[in-house]
Amino acid sequence: MADITYREITKNGLWSNNAALVQLLGLCPLLAVTGSVVNALGLGLATMLVLTGSNIAVSLIRKRISDAVKIPAFVMIIATFTTCTELLMKAFTYELYLILGIFIPLIVTNCTILGRAEAFACKNKVGASALDGLMMGIGFGLVLLVIGTIREILGSGTLFDNMHLLFGPMAENWTIHFFGEGYGFLVAVLPPGAFLVAGMLIALKNIIDDRIERHRAAKRAPVIKGAKRVRTTGTVS
Amino acid sequence: MALLKLTSPHAHTTQNTGNVMQLVLLATIPGALALTAFFGWGTLINVVIASIVAVGCEATIMHLRKRPVMFYLRDCSALVTAVLLGLALPPLAPWWLVLVGTSFAIVIAKHLYGGLGYNPFNPAMVGYVVLLISFPVQMTSWPAPMPLYPEGTDAPGLWQSLQMVLPFFNESVDAFTAATPLDTFKHNTGLLVEQLYQSDPLYSQADWAGVGWEWANLGFLAGGCFLLYRKVFTWHAPVSMLVALALCSALFYDGGSSVSHGSPVLHLLSGATMLGAFFIVTDPVTSATSNRGRMIYGALVGVLIFIIRSWGSYPDAMAFAVLLMNFAAPLIDNYTLPRTYGHKKPRKATEKATDTKD
Repeated sequence: MADITYREITKNGLWSNNAALVQLLGLCPLLAVTGSVVNALGLGLATMLVLTGSNIAVSLIRKRISDAVKIPAFVMIIATFTTCTELLMKAFTYELYLILGIFIPLIVTNCTILGRAEAFACKNKVGASALDGLMMGIGFGLVLLVIGTIREILGSGTLFDNMHLLFGPMAENWTIHFFGEGYGFLVAVLPPGAFLVAGMLIALKNIIDDRIERHRAAKRAPVIKGAKRVRTTGTVS
Repeated sequence: MALLKLTSPHAHTTQNTGNVMQLVLLATIPGALALTAFFGWGTLINVVIASIVAVGCEATIMHLRKRPVMFYLRDCSALVTAVLLGLALPPLAPWWLVLVGTSFAIVIAKHLYGGLGYNPFNPAMVGYVVLLISFPVQMTSWPAPMPLYPEGTDAPGLWQSLQMVLPFFNESVDAFTAATPLDTFKHNTGLLVEQLYQSDPLYSQADWAGVGWEWANLGFLAGGCFLLYRKVFTWHAPVSMLVALALCSALFYDGGSSVSHGSPVLHLLSGATMLGAFFIVTDPVTSATSNRGRMIYGALVGVLIFIIRSWGSYPDAMAFAVLLMNFAAPLIDNYTLPRTYGHKKPRKATEKATDTKD
């Protein structure tokens, strides 16, 4: 695993091994808090922070720690970073912290983070681990953001509502209304909407992968019939 | 010439999917007529909009799935879903409500699971539930039955109804909405059942269980009996559902006290009871398979309907009860496999092919 390139790490994190769309890890926050863009962005950033921090820390101690206490140590590290993030959010974005509620401390149980610590950080150098954590975090955050956008538009007919919770007073009037006041399609805001949108995104990713694969196959030099066969009888026509 | 190997019994039947679905459509007519007679043109407009949307969605999806479009449209299954949903929605519901519900039913509840025969949940009921939890206001405002309109006001005619439903008219026409029989029982505070029946014209002008509702339910009962006579389904599921519902409501009738949840007659003849019993619970795809399984399935639907009607937060419960039991149908099937001829015991569906003991 040591010979993995930074390019590959980036590609894995953002697309081909995306935490939310391919590994299907961390679905609980993915489904629970993506009702609006601001919630999704807040949780995405928090998760990214914890993931990068824990990956770096795990990578630093990877040679000192025995297999027997590996998992408890990882959990301690992740919990520390989660607490840091929680305190930071309390200090700077208190209202958003109140909205996200239990899902901030629950970052500890996000399988993506423990998964990356176990599968990548404890086998790779610090630089690669940091990049992996960052890219996995961005990939996860982007999916959160897309789901949040779709659900906010469909569910409440707005976009960037309450963004001042994250960006301060300058974002007070970022809200875009699509269908006028009084619009609401509750199913998109409720948990079923999250499942539906996440499922559609996974389907979309598979379609795109399929297209790319087919495109590549078409570009590859066609195999000429009989070219690789050694003929022993007859004549080549 | 190769001979076909056929073994007895040689049963001939003309019932293919298309014929069955057409019979079902035919059987909804009495109920639909009763609804139209008492609640105005809204029901028929719902059914028409839902049918157009359903056929459109079905054709589009079949085209996307690269299947023969006309072959699947001809089996009328999409039309049946649309008609049942249209009948269940409140009359004079806005057009987009019907559009959203029907497209959800056909595209997501039916075709994303693999199309006719593969859907674990009844599409019409999925559409209904999605609408009910998304748009509770529009979904719970039923127009008043026509005999109860105030003196001097007419019920909206066909033209006025269209103006209310369709988007191109901006004139707002008022319709009178009124509580349904189940609503009044849900919001009854402190009145004895007898007092409620005397004070509310919804009951005092009715014969059994609420003006309009009783006839709509009797209409669906008649349609259901017709389907039973034509052997489209067996009696097990609907009868056990109705019996379970009647028993539950008799048990909790409480002598007509102020906390009573309504008499068995009320529960049998109001809300979506008969529509559900004969057109939803009998769905061959989403219900249990064996006769014993169907009886369990139907009875549990009946019990759930009563529980949700009485102690749940929504007035009617047909859709929720059916969806919950759709979840349970495979489990019921697993435990009610019939004994096959030649075997002593019925075999479990989960049994491995190798360990055949009997």
